Amino acid sequence: MNLPAEQTGDFIPWEDADAKPIIRFQGVTKKFGDFTAIDNLSLDIYEREFFALLGPSGCGKTTLMRMLAGFETPTSGEIMLDGQNIAPVPPNKRPVNMMFQSYALFPHLTLADNIAFGLKRSDMPKSEIAGRVDEMLSLVQLSKFGSRKPHQISGGQRQRVALARALAKSPKLLLLDEPLAALDKKLREETQFELMDIQEKLGTTFVIVTHDQEEAMTVASRVAVMDHGQLVQVATPEQIYEFPNSRYVADFIGDVNLIEGAAKSVTKDAAVISWAEGLPDINAAAPEGLAKGDNCCFAIRPEKVSISAEKPTDAANALPGKVLDIGYLGNMSTYHVELGNGQIIKAQVANQRRLSRRAYTWDDQVWVSFTATAGLVLSA
Amino acid sequence: MSRRFSWFNATSLTLGFVFLYLPILILVAYSFNQSKLVTVWAGFSTKWYGELFQNQAFMDAAIVTLKVAVVSSTIATILGTMAAYVLVRLGRFKGRTLFSGMIYAPLVVPDVIVGLSLLLLFISLGMGRGVTTIVLAHATFSMCYVSVVVSSRLVSFDQSLEEAALDLGCTPWDAFRSVTLPIIAPAVISGWLLAFTLSLDDLVIASFVSGPSATTLPMKIFSQVRLGLSPEINALSTIMIAIVTVGVVSSSLLNKRATVRRLRQEQDALKQS
Repeated sequence: MNLPAEQTGDFIPWEDADAKPIIRFQGVTKKFGDFTAIDNLSLDIYEREFFALLGPSGCGKTTLMRMLAGFETPTSGEIMLDGQNIAPVPPNKRPVNMMFQSYALFPHLTLADNIAFGLKRSDMPKSEIAGRVDEMLSLVQLSKFGSRKPHQISGGQRQRVALARALAKSPKLLLLDEPLAALDKKLREETQFELMDIQEKLGTTFVIVTHDQEEAMTVASRVAVMDHGQLVQVATPEQIYEFPNSRYVADFIGDVNLIEGAAKSVTKDAAVISWAEGLPDINAAAPEGLAKGDNCCFAIRPEKVSISAEKPTDAANALPGKVLDIGYLGNMSTYHVELGNGQIIKAQVANQRRLSRRAYTWDDQVWVSFTATAGLVLSA
Repeated sequence: MSRRFSWFNATSLTLGFVFLYLPILILVAYSFNQSKLVTVWAGFSTKWYGELFQNQAFMDAAIVTLKVAVVSSTIATILGTMAAYVLVRLGRFKGRTLFSGMIYAPLVVPDVIVGLSLLLLFISLGMGRGVTTIVLAHATFSMCYVSVVVSSRLVSFDQSLEEAALDLGCTPWDAFRSVTLPIIAPAVISGWLLAFTLSLDDLVIASFVSGPSATTLPMKIFSQVRLGLSPEINALSTIMIAIVTVGVVSSSLLNKRATVRRLRQEQDALKQS
């Protein structure tokens, strides 16, 4: 997979203690009447990052972005941009531009005039504006369309014009509010890669708000998962997926099997989780701070679960069950296996051969197995 | 629904149109009557139109009416647009319901009461009655019509357009002037036209608040008619009907052509993508 972290080599400013963040939220709270949209939130975002704010609707991610743009002011706390508190700065004075979910293209202006709109209100000399507009139009591959009006182009093209307009003033920070939500799936996937290319080419810091976890995982260098106005986890897409810090994150990102249980024995690096009477205990790697007797949750992704007809001899964990359901997704199939106590385990098997005969069918007795390190014990 | 011809539909349509337009047609026809007697047809002539333009009293009244209409509808448009903007944009502020109720109230308050209360106000303020008081009175009652027209457009206006303008460096006033106003301009213009027509049309309120120095055309016609019908008045009314017809037809044609062109362009854009 084409992850940004791999593309940019060792771009990990958040692990560098000396790196200065371009944006710093310090104990920011935002209340609308009695409703707390953002609850005492602190966050650092670094230059050249492609940062994603991810969460369900109402989690506060849009409020956070609107505070960066200047459309909302924090009730308390500070927002620093390049070391300067921007809370009292109105939106038109901030070196921040935003791409709106509805694109917000001005319908009475041509595409070129839309892009020139911000430049005309900056201190750019008039003679340079036309050149800059051409440059932005060619960046988004719309050079021939400059004299058209927004209603004369397609939705995908409008999205690109909105991006060009927001980037025209070379902002220090570009905000993208659900930028791809209005596009169909195929176009959305293409555009995600285009966005990444543009971001890499310009080196501008991007902050994207999305509720689509795939989108966040694809484009972002780091993802912040939000819930109820708070950050639940801020990490790279790989860490978020492989090492979620809570049930909420594990469940929100991708597909996961969650097995509730209690720690029966804990050693330095191994834990035994008992979770159901009459069924084998689960052997897993022990997380820090887990003590014997703690209630915990074992989380494992479906693609890390194997399925077999005979009991595997070498697996650290093997549980017997019965095939309840089979979902054919084309590239893979998902088996829902019901264990003895009613717990359902999802196992994903890649369909590597074309139209191969299924080894298992409904109601077959099977074994699901996984290694000790495939899953994660979560105490939160 | 049946779209076929039926005698019932044809009859009701004819009767309806006759009811609406027969009086007007009779008036137009008699304006070309040669006879001085309004109800006796004596052959075709345009002489009353010529005489109308010689009649200084009518011409003075026409100029007063136009002045009042232009100035009052402009004031009404500015105030009405501001009121609509506040009502739609400011969300829930204290007294919003009261304010919006009060702005629409003059739509249903009888003209006689509006005229009388304005007259009392002007007297108590010691204002001399004339063109100024008519302008103020007309601006007052027609601004609510403007604000109804403009606010219905603002409700469907995407607020992120204004935010985008702010984001790109506009001050709030610049954003209103260069983004909001051009987009709502058709509604503002039709609000102005409505206010203009209402002012042109008004007899009752103008009669209350005008003084001896200012007589509007409707007041003049009304006072003339009380002395007896004259073919000149028919001619004058025909001219007014013609102005209104040309205005309404051309504005709706313009509107329709713009819509058709836009639809065609949108289809072209879809085909290309």
